[in-house]
Amino acid sequence: MRMRRPCSPAKAGARTGRCTRPRPAPGNMLHGAVYAFLLASPTPALADSLLPPAEYADTQLADPAQERAAKALMETIRCLVCQGQAISDSDAEMAGDMRALIRQRIQAGESPDQIRDWLVARYGNWVSYDPPLEPLTWPLWGAPILLLLAGLWLARNRFKRRPRR
Amino acid sequence: MKRLVLWTPLIVFVLFMAVVAAGLYAPSDRTIPSRLVGQPIPQFDLPPSLPGRPGLSSAVFRQGRPRIVNIFASWCVPCRAEAPQLAELARRGVPIDGIAVRDRPQDLAGFLAGYGDPFRTIGADNDRRVQLALGSAGVPETFVVDGRGIIRHQHIGAIMAQDIPAIVAAYEAAR
Repeated sequence: MRMRRPCSPAKAGARTGRCTRPRPAPGNMLHGAVYAFLLASPTPALADSLLPPAEYADTQLADPAQERAAKALMETIRCLVCQGQAISDSDAEMAGDMRALIRQRIQAGESPDQIRDWLVARYGNWVSYDPPLEPLTWPLWGAPILLLLAGLWLARNRFKRRPRR
Repeated sequence: MKRLVLWTPLIVFVLFMAVVAAGLYAPSDRTIPSRLVGQPIPQFDLPPSLPGRPGLSSAVFRQGRPRIVNIFASWCVPCRAEAPQLAELARRGVPIDGIAVRDRPQDLAGFLAGYGDPFRTIGADNDRRVQLALGSAGVPETFVVDGRGIIRHQHIGAIMAQDIPAIVAAYEAAR
């Protein structure tokens, strides 16, 4: 169940401690000085805390059905630090804490949808890899159908022409 | 009509490339703002991070005065860079509470001794439960909470000198 795919140091923000870098204001001397300081300090080991991982970050739940539900949810929740990975795939410390949160809530009897809604209420749909059907996302669901219809229309014209020749 | 059909694939291709190019050249924005801005701060009760000092309970945010809560950690390098700005806010009389994420007391004590201690209270969030409940995606982050416990402002990343006016303005507006 463990997958060792570390979030790369560049992504993990080894120097800044977070992936979501604050955008520097151009031409700011102080910013430049701070970044120069951050670049000069040998601190890659400080990107993560010194505390051990959370209890359920890398430990499966005892009940196989609960673990299955927790794992399925983790695969559709996006890591806040390594922003291209699901938390089930990420080695970022924060992803471990989110796995622990999900396992403990599943164990306490919450449904995966309740936990997803709790996270979406805090981070927006961004955090979920299972986008809901709403005005902003309808092209995502409608485009395949439209393309299929376009394909059928093209094919129909092709098949029509042939017997005429 | 026939001419239009002939040109359609090229037009579609150009449109597609325009979308791709726009996505490639747009500056990336990796900040994830909390959806709880404008909402009540979640209930929590964190134990003290340091012996002999108060921990942080969400009850203090409903006492009628706005407060600032700073999510930080001794292992977080930008937190060192923002320490002078937090000291400046404290000097101006802004009450600052700390949430120390995944920190050990000895590391925290060293951090406060080295970079200053502007905090009224420091709660220990060792499993990141409160950080996640607040919708925070990293350290450091700072929230301005009004006297009724409503989150009014979120600052993502280290507070730099040019960020102080916006935070003071949010604090004043929360009164």
